[in-house]
Amino acid sequence: MALFSKFDDLRAALDALAAGGRNPFDVRFERIVSATEAVLEGRPCLLFGTNNYLGLTFDETCIAASVRSVHDAGTGTTGSRIANGTYSDHALLEQRVAEFYGKRAAMIFTTGYQANLGLISTLAGRGDHLLIDADSHASIYDACKLSTAEVIRFRHNDPEDLARRLGRLKGHTGNRIIVTEGIFSMLGDSAPLREIAGVKREMGATLIVDEAHSLGTRGKNGRGVCEDAGVENEVDFIVGTFSKSLGAIGGFAVSDLPDFDLLRIACRPYMFTASLPPAVVGSVTAALSRISTDESLGARVRFNSIRLYRALKLAGFEVGPEPNAIVALKMTDKETAVRFWNRLIDLGIYANLALPPATPGSLSLIRCSISAAHTEAQIDRALSTMVAVGRELGILDPNHRTSDQPAERLPA
Amino acid sequence: MTKNANTIEAEVIELLAHRVPADINVTAQTQIVGGLGLDSVAVLDFIMDVEDRFNISIPLDRVAEVQTIAELSHAIEGLKRAAG
Repeated sequence: MALFSKFDDLRAALDALAAGGRNPFDVRFERIVSATEAVLEGRPCLLFGTNNYLGLTFDETCIAASVRSVHDAGTGTTGSRIANGTYSDHALLEQRVAEFYGKRAAMIFTTGYQANLGLISTLAGRGDHLLIDADSHASIYDACKLSTAEVIRFRHNDPEDLARRLGRLKGHTGNRIIVTEGIFSMLGDSAPLREIAGVKREMGATLIVDEAHSLGTRGKNGRGVCEDAGVENEVDFIVGTFSKSLGAIGGFAVSDLPDFDLLRIACRPYMFTASLPPAVVGSVTAALSRISTDESLGARVRFNSIRLYRALKLAGFEVGPEPNAIVALKMTDKETAVRFWNRLIDLGIYANLALPPATPGSLSLIRCSISAAHTEAQIDRALSTMVAVGRELGILDPNHRTSDQPAERLPA
Repeated sequence: MTKNANTIEAEVIELLAHRVPADINVTAQTQIVGGLGLDSVAVLDFIMDVEDRFNISIPLDRVAEVQTIAELSHAIEGLKRAAG
């Protein structure tokens, strides 16, 4: 059997997608102009599919810190923390992340994917049970594969279902570890963390929350849905990423548990990979400082998100259940989604095409991510383009009322 | 009393009725991955239905071990027995 024949189905799926216009997995920007603009296919393009929630990738303070770090400490660390040593800036960033969350300690990882992979797979050992939200990110599923624990899915955002599944484990002696996310990456819906923390408390379990999409976008101080829900003291581990709101790459986990640091010598995805390079550590430290001191960033991304979400809903699109920095348009089928996505690019709007099995409920989605850096004019342009494409493809009724409402204003 | 394999098979096939495309005839020998016209996530969602119907936990590694409806039914029987 040919080595690659196992991917025949993937090849066929990709060919079918590419036949609809572009290959969605190989979009190449000729130039990134700003946090919200690029040049694509020789034309200016507005970016609505970046996860650059706070628009900090071009923040002058962050860039200056990154440049300073690369001059001070070089282009790379050329090794892992445990084998080749920790740079003082790694330790400083860990201290800053821990302080930001008000937790005893933080561990930083080279990617957000590795943070989930490392933390979850190392904490959950043989005889333990992992209970994961059914809509969990691939990094959580892959962590489960790497772990020797038994893995049970609970119905998405359903604390009662979680309790029922925990109840079935009566008599098993191992640890129960619940894993969920602050905001889910496809539909932008948030987890009912107060209720989930209640189940954890009542039934006895450890709780891990991945705030990848909610750091900086939710919570008065930007600490995510855990902060909003008032459950930070009940969550045993918060995981997050530096690649979205903080505009670089990397991941982290924070915890108050006293033995947390033992993971540094047990967690293979932490131990056997090179540590974050100085330029990244420098910009992330600066970005964290920016969001700690500037509440307007979070307020602006929330304002922009609500503005686009409400207007799309009003225009007649079927959107996700709540307005967050991810706004997803539900398409009637895969072919319509592909056509919609291609037409948006034709018209200078880049969003994400999200198709099954990467989506919950086998949905076909146009997934938009909103940024604090989007201007009102950019949001209006994205909206009018989406409405025009929606009408063109017969998704929207041409006579349906659209967003001719007065624009909302940011609170002073 | 433990349900026998045939009864379990019939219940599993019934559970699948609203998930699989109408043109697929599900039998005990149908392959779960590839034979039901379901993507990988839909298969896992079906397994949650099975867990609820039989009030058992089927860890994901056990799901990976079973290939056909008959094998799944056999696994369910074993898990029910183990759960008492």
